[in-house]
Amino acid sequence: MIADELSNPVTDGLDVVVTSVASDSHTWNLVHLQLVLEELGHRVRNLGACVPDDLLVSECLRQRPDLVAIGTVNGHGLTDGTRVIGRLRSHPELAQVPVVIGGKLGITDRGTRDRAAALRAAGFDAVFEDGNATAEFRAFVRRLRVGVST
Amino acid sequence: MSSFGEFVAAHHRAGALVVQPRMGMSDPATMRSGLLATKRAAATTVGTITLDSYTRVGDLAAAQAALGAGADLNGYPITSHDVTTTRAMLDGVAGPDFPVQVRHGSATPDHIVATLVRAGLHATEGGPVSYCLPYSRGPLATSVDSWARCCEHLAGLRDTGTEAHLESFGGCLMGQLCPPGLLVAVSVLEGMFFRQHGLASISLSYAQQTHPGQDEEAVLALRRLAAEFLSDVDCHVVVYTYMGVYPKTPGGATALLREAARLAVRTGAARLIVKTTAEAHRIPTIAENVAALEAAAAAARECRAASEEPEDTGIYAEARALVEAVLDLGPDVGRALTEAFGRGYLDVPFCLHPDNAGRSRSHLDAHGRLCWSRTGAMPVRPDPAPGRAELSAAALLTSLSYVERKFDDAALEGCLTGTGPTAR
Repeated sequence: MIADELSNPVTDGLDVVVTSVASDSHTWNLVHLQLVLEELGHRVRNLGACVPDDLLVSECLRQRPDLVAIGTVNGHGLTDGTRVIGRLRSHPELAQVPVVIGGKLGITDRGTRDRAAALRAAGFDAVFEDGNATAEFRAFVRRLRVGVST
Repeated sequence: MSSFGEFVAAHHRAGALVVQPRMGMSDPATMRSGLLATKRAAATTVGTITLDSYTRVGDLAAAQAALGAGADLNGYPITSHDVTTTRAMLDGVAGPDFPVQVRHGSATPDHIVATLVRAGLHATEGGPVSYCLPYSRGPLATSVDSWARCCEHLAGLRDTGTEAHLESFGGCLMGQLCPPGLLVAVSVLEGMFFRQHGLASISLSYAQQTHPGQDEEAVLALRRLAAEFLSDVDCHVVVYTYMGVYPKTPGGATALLREAARLAVRTGAARLIVKTTAEAHRIPTIAENVAALEAAAAAARECRAASEEPEDTGIYAEARALVEAVLDLGPDVGRALTEAFGRGYLDVPFCLHPDNAGRSRSHLDAHGRLCWSRTGAMPVRPDPAPGRAELSAAALLTSLSYVERKFDDAALEGCLTGTGPTAR
């Protein structure tokens, strides 16, 4: 839909793919994530609910986004996230693109630190699961934007 | 009649609200314990087997792998367990005195319906719109075809002496911020779709929203439309306790549940799906589910059907206009639904599905009622106060958490002053 914009150099905001993972049907978190990013001046392609790994990989290869933001709250984030980051990172074109994940990543509220460490080790650039996740995500995106424009 | 529809109708006639949990565990022994605890709760209950997300989206390999690895799933993987395992899990638990329904969320549930029938079950829920647009990314037309096959499969049980029961999830859609007229219309239309594909025992749903008066008007509109369009089948109304961002305090969570029970009783609904005090935090335990069932049943016993009609703000007329706009598109309800979404005659606010027009928007007014800000091509007029700015991220969160804050604030205030709802 916004493919035409992608040939232009990034001068004013990032091109961001917002997505869920394959087993997660929740979308309010994705609607919110889109509004947060748009308010920061970025362009969002929102893939919506239940995005299969293949679709996410092909969309990222096609669009070459500046950031991939995965939001998931169904408790399968650790499992699905670990799998899909492996798929993304296995493509040399996507080895460096910033990919982050956030939401409720396990089925209990314990073990968030261990989950974050495991997901970072698997290839995510950042993991947002704690109370002030949105503020931390905004700060991460601001730092990223500085990095892109300089 | 089905054991499910018959059970609910009999208790409704006797004046008892049937209450039901959402409950699903990967381990069959734990699932059985959950069903037994539901059955033994001090309430008129039916049982639930909620399926896990992998089974819902048809990723049976992932469900199998998770079971093999001993990982926790967020529901019962009915197609991954052997059918004899599921039959043994249900043996001596499910029966005419305790019907069990499978709740899943699948847009194309052929595998689930085939499996639940093999396991001896015959009650489930969903619908071609309500389980496609919010939960899937597959085409609506594919979901319509799948649900038509599933309805016919379930209806075929009649030859073996069982009347299957199917509940429309149409009264929920995105869970929150959908004005009631559209929720009511989709529920009625899915009920008509089920009947067209052979089912004779159905239920229509309505999820509690943001304003008790608006909710009462909506459930009464749903019952009136059911009487007008579905009078030739066994049909009851089920209320879902609030499906949006849930109160975090035990007091707030229980007060919202009690308000849902009152909504059900005051409007003559027959069944209520409960939520627990753990809802905001994690998947509830069996004990938390039992506590919620008993709290809802106790609240229901304390109230009576409303004697006065709520104010008519036009929900019935709006829902009827939407239903008629769809039925005018042709005699095949499934095709008419697909066409209606294609034309934007039905347009779910904040729904990201590729087949949803995405031109409608809603907001909460100053009294907490859900209103249309934009209606796209729907045969519905937006509410007054045009020119409202689009929701910002912050305003979206404020709207999504309106109910949570209202009930949590009241609970916390009650703790400080010694009044108001108490935790249980």
